[in-house]
Amino acid sequence: MDPILLARAQFGANITFHILFPTISIAMGWVLLFFKLRFNATNNAKWMDAYKFWVKIFALTFALGVVSGITMSFQFGTNWPGYMQTVGNIAGPLLAYEVMTAFFLEASFLGIMLFGTNRVSNRTHTIATLLVAGGTTLSAFWIIALNSWMHTPAGFEMIAGKAHAVDWFQIIFNPSFPYRLTHMLLASGLTVSFLIAGISAYRWQRNDRNPSVMAALKTGITLAAVLIPLQIMAGDAHGLNTLKYQPAKVAAMEGLWETEKGAPSLLFAIPNEKTRSNDFAIGIPKLTSLVLTHELDGEVKGLNEFKGKHPPVAPLFWAFRIMVGTGMLMLSVSWFSVWQIRKRGAPAPWLARALVGMTFAGWVATVAGWYVTEIGRQPYLVYGVLKTVDAASAIPSAMIASTFIMYLLLYAALTVAYVTVIFHLARKAQYPAASGASHMPTPALNGNFQPAKK
Amino acid sequence: MDPLTNLQNGGWLPVVFLALMGVAMLAYVVLDGYDLGVGILLRRANGADGTNSANSTNADIEKDIMISSIGPFWDANETWLVLGVGILLVAFPMAHGVILGELYLPVALMLLGLMLRGVAFDFRVKARAAHKHLWNNAFYAGSVLASFSQGVMLGLYITGFKNGWAEYGFAIITGLCLCAGYALLGAGWLIMKTEGALQQRAVRWALGSLWFTGAGIAAISIVTPLVSARIFEKWFALPNLFLLMPVPAATAVLFFVIDRALRRLPKRLSEGNEYGAWVPFACTVGIFILAFYGLAYSLFPYLVVDKIDIWQAASAPESLKIILVGAVVVLPAILGYTIYAYRVFWGKARALTYY
Repeated sequence: MDPILLARAQFGANITFHILFPTISIAMGWVLLFFKLRFNATNNAKWMDAYKFWVKIFALTFALGVVSGITMSFQFGTNWPGYMQTVGNIAGPLLAYEVMTAFFLEASFLGIMLFGTNRVSNRTHTIATLLVAGGTTLSAFWIIALNSWMHTPAGFEMIAGKAHAVDWFQIIFNPSFPYRLTHMLLASGLTVSFLIAGISAYRWQRNDRNPSVMAALKTGITLAAVLIPLQIMAGDAHGLNTLKYQPAKVAAMEGLWETEKGAPSLLFAIPNEKTRSNDFAIGIPKLTSLVLTHELDGEVKGLNEFKGKHPPVAPLFWAFRIMVGTGMLMLSVSWFSVWQIRKRGAPAPWLARALVGMTFAGWVATVAGWYVTEIGRQPYLVYGVLKTVDAASAIPSAMIASTFIMYLLLYAALTVAYVTVIFHLARKAQYPAASGASHMPTPALNGNFQPAKK
Repeated sequence: MDPLTNLQNGGWLPVVFLALMGVAMLAYVVLDGYDLGVGILLRRANGADGTNSANSTNADIEKDIMISSIGPFWDANETWLVLGVGILLVAFPMAHGVILGELYLPVALMLLGLMLRGVAFDFRVKARAAHKHLWNNAFYAGSVLASFSQGVMLGLYITGFKNGWAEYGFAIITGLCLCAGYALLGAGWLIMKTEGALQQRAVRWALGSLWFTGAGIAAISIVTPLVSARIFEKWFALPNLFLLMPVPAATAVLFFVIDRALRRLPKRLSEGNEYGAWVPFACTVGIFILAFYGLAYSLFPYLVVDKIDIWQAASAPESLKIILVGAVVVLPAILGYTIYAYRVFWGKARALTYY
């Protein structure tokens, strides 16, 4: 098999597995801080219960993010030696700053956040939570800066085939960075809000009436209902930014082969690279032009303008639709949930089921979105600077293939274990610690949180 | 070219980064070394009744204590590996590609091990109780696999990535000996952090791994000069031979100090006297530092034995400078809050006080 394709598949599998966990831990750190601050302000035990339940899931998520992230730091070199050799002068400092400013901060204070409740004051514990949340977000800042630079490189010059930094401000705040960072942070927020809403709805379905369940459910759906319109706006702005810098990517997302005035928005189509046209296309006339140019008859460039230099069309076309479709579903479910729970005080059984079904909806949208942006950069690794082919390593196919299979099996097993354990924790939380005999729903835990021994 | 000319032409930045990378790698080996060592020893956890079946409650409590002694630290400890490899990647990109390309398979196995070990920390207490022993096994297997792979990587690295049965054999020996070295660190850690029967057993585990560790260091010390005439020259030409004598001599002394401490500790500890409980761990750290120093002295200034030196592999100076500015500001802060975290969790490990 083609070693480059294998190297890409392996790297793609690793990074897909990895992004599942930071997507959750980035925003969950802040939600935990919110729970903690609510508790500090109200002294209501339900907030501390919510904290204690979700911090376990946070710890598990964080561990998976760390171990899958370590793989990345090795695979940059093993799979793409040409990458660091060409743009190492840019990528290096950004990665170094991520490790130095974010990784140590979050890893060191995580220990205190998880195990420190009876060793440090409540205040210090709150600060540790804040530092962990800040660390995860800072980590997103640096890595998105590097990723955005790979899409819209700026602030550098090429000397003898190597990129050299000229202006670090331009490198970090490159043209697509603000859009991508906002889009990703909102995606993280949405992923977490649906995870919290879904698991809380699951506990509610099982008659777990601990007040923390409703508190978390309301937090989840409210957060989702607030973030999703923001995300739609941010996504639109990011799309316009992409149109400016990577028009071929947008044409592939829209499945637009010919340059058109008044281009339609396709709801369904099977892009065919051989005939360079779409089969079975159904679309809404002029909508793409309206969205992208804000004019009904605006001109949108088609793929044929970029022959041989555009990404594969079908994966982008479909991934984009999956992302947008999931977003629309999130919009309707979150708004309806807020309305219904305000009106009735509880979700109807069918709505609870829908929320449970959407527990990991954020993963679907996030991964689909990353596929759009990353596959959309092909055939380049660094847009206009370095082609993916030229960065690949000479490692034999057989070796890549065998480790690839090993990674795939491990990732599949760990993903299954992760999802299973989260639902297991949700069931276990219903009964007070280890007294498995009682099958009564947990009564409201009384008393104040005490930073003393349990 | 001789190093001094290089220093003048190639600048001092690569030397600084080599030192930073060395510190990060050494910090990783010592810090995650004790984590991995505790993982390697996990299967030896024993109930007071002498059984060590998976379902024995006593063995289970012991395992919980062993793991909770490293629970708050492992995450930050592992980050030193990311920093070390990160510096290799960002400061010496050419060497990163070559070294990790050569070590592709052991690196993949090490990552597999680290992943298993890292996730088992959480899964073992969060998954169904019936699955706990599976995750305990994953923790053990992951720790062994990661340690062994790192030792193999060290062996292959020292012999300059030559392919041959002798080299592979040597790499397997270094793999086994690094497991022993980590087990020694882990046992030393447990002597400090635990009490009672477990502490007594940790003393025996330390004794068991002590001389395997010594054999490993001896093997590396003998093989390294044989690999390259240049390294032989560095150690055995006069007056270097005498100037360097303190390194192996101090290592040998530390081994005997540990041995003596371990023979005296059982009685003292059983009387509730903790005096000297830190000696085995501290001296093991000393041995690792000396061994690391010896290796660094042998290899300098090469990143790949006698092939790629640090000046050939270095990134552009303007990029190294901007990283250095960050490092100078941030590393003291990292050091500060690492010490703080160790102080918060100072003293004997208690049975899991989760959250």
